[in-house]
Amino acid sequence: MAPDTLLPRDGLVIVAKRDCPTCTLIEPVMQSLDRAGPLAVIVQDDPAFPSGVRAVVDDRALERSFRLDVEAVPTLIRFEGGREVARCVGWQRGEWRRVAGEAAAGDGLPEWQPGCGSRSVEPGVHETLVARYGDPKLASRAIAVGEWDDPIEACFERGWSDGLPVVPPTDDRILRMLGGTDRRPDEVVGLVPPNLAPCTVEKVAINAVMAGCKPEYMPVVLGVLEAALDPLFTLHGLLCTTHFSGPLVIINGPVARAIGMNSGVNALGQGNRANATIGRALQLIVRNVGGGLPGAIDRATLGNPGKYTFCFAEDESDPAWEPLSVRRGIAPGKSAVTLFHGEGVHGFIDQKSRTPEDLVRSLAMALFGVGHPKLCDSGNAVLVLSPEHWAIFRDAGWDRRRLEDALYQALKRPGRDLVYGAQGVGEGLPPSLADKVVDKFQPDGLLIVRAGGDAGLFSAIIGGWPGQRVRAECQAVTREIQT
Amino acid sequence: MTASLSLRDPTAEQSPTRRARLAPPPSLDGKTVALMDIGKSRGKEFIDRLEGHFRAAGIATKRYAKPTNTKVAPTALLQQIAAEAQLAVIALSD
Repeated sequence: MAPDTLLPRDGLVIVAKRDCPTCTLIEPVMQSLDRAGPLAVIVQDDPAFPSGVRAVVDDRALERSFRLDVEAVPTLIRFEGGREVARCVGWQRGEWRRVAGEAAAGDGLPEWQPGCGSRSVEPGVHETLVARYGDPKLASRAIAVGEWDDPIEACFERGWSDGLPVVPPTDDRILRMLGGTDRRPDEVVGLVPPNLAPCTVEKVAINAVMAGCKPEYMPVVLGVLEAALDPLFTLHGLLCTTHFSGPLVIINGPVARAIGMNSGVNALGQGNRANATIGRALQLIVRNVGGGLPGAIDRATLGNPGKYTFCFAEDESDPAWEPLSVRRGIAPGKSAVTLFHGEGVHGFIDQKSRTPEDLVRSLAMALFGVGHPKLCDSGNAVLVLSPEHWAIFRDAGWDRRRLEDALYQALKRPGRDLVYGAQGVGEGLPPSLADKVVDKFQPDGLLIVRAGGDAGLFSAIIGGWPGQRVRAECQAVTREIQT
Repeated sequence: MTASLSLRDPTAEQSPTRRARLAPPPSLDGKTVALMDIGKSRGKEFIDRLEGHFRAAGIATKRYAKPTNTKVAPTALLQQIAAEAQLAVIALSD
């Protein structure tokens, strides 16, 4: 950095702001030091402050405060030969005398009064100053956008978007996003298909910025990505399938509440930033880092709207309900992500069943339609149980395990009703199953999760992906989130 | 143009920062060439000559013109060219 000609090579510098009561308290001290000189006061908010001082440096841009690494105001610094030789922070008469001499005695002032935080270290400001004046230490290559170009349009033109506008990934935004995790920016999280490209924490942060995430979502985004890259999830296959499915993200545990995720009214719909952007971040990482582009490796015949984003939290407010993550082996009280190969939301209406037995039969009828009413083991499912439907089970003393067992039994059918041509429909199961009783799903293939608004005898069925039928190769994945 | 904003690349950086130009087609057989006059003076003469050469070679052409040379082509015109032709020649003459 070139020498700052507005600051004395030999003398005092005070960094202050009018908004700080301690700075205004010591205004007479600054005037006294100016008379003893040389002195420069760097002011962060009001260049008319302090009065009676000749060399006031307007630092509303905060560049000098940043370069001097000021954390609190007032900060008093003594320079000799252009080098800092002494510094003190806040008002302490003894310290100020040591650094500045008797002109800093401050007669009539209290012995000690703490200062205020420097504007240059306020949340969000510091990262902007690093991006503007410092070294952001980002490894990703910089892409210049022309003075007259719209950065959002530039992102579209470079193919970085899922079709909706993205937040331009500027250095200050990326640095703020990286502040949401303790993990190093250069740590490789994994290889993202289809190109099996290494994805660093920094690349995750860039795509999280673009998706619209807040920094506090970063641990969740990282956990979601790690789950997606588990070989058992088979992300590559899910990406290139002609089927509808894409990653469905279900979040459990305290982190969901901490970042304000929605598990209630409209939980599967729009309107919640965390739900919307965490699911989107995963899709943008697959697109941008992995190279998974629709029409290229993504060969979906139709796709589904959840491929923009499909993420929600489970309602864990009822202690009678065992959360999905706990059911799948995560310790109670821990945060976790479950990734499922979800197609889309199929509404289930039952406003008449009043007993658990009735409702199980009713749910089974609807669940049997997943994929095709005559196909079994061609994909699993998620059942999103609404509060009013859950209440029918809870009030009868049922818990998750009993409901799962009852549904498993209710989802068996005679093979003769399902084989090719049966019921006048060509689609179906091989004739060899005609004499067998067939399960619709694998024994642990139906994931039940609670969510939704208090009113409405509606639940939701989210069908899975036929790739799930090879259980040893492809399953839903649940992982703890490191927060 | 000066750069006023810098973004960071969200991709795995396996492609260049600048998009490569499309490679010329190996043959013009069966293709339609758009001839666009951007409205500068003598552009029409240039397009007329090109049209004659293409016609002599048996290559189909279609003519288009920007409403004014001072503004970028309207989106509808670009969409029409993309829908009706596979190549384009733009007369930047003066």
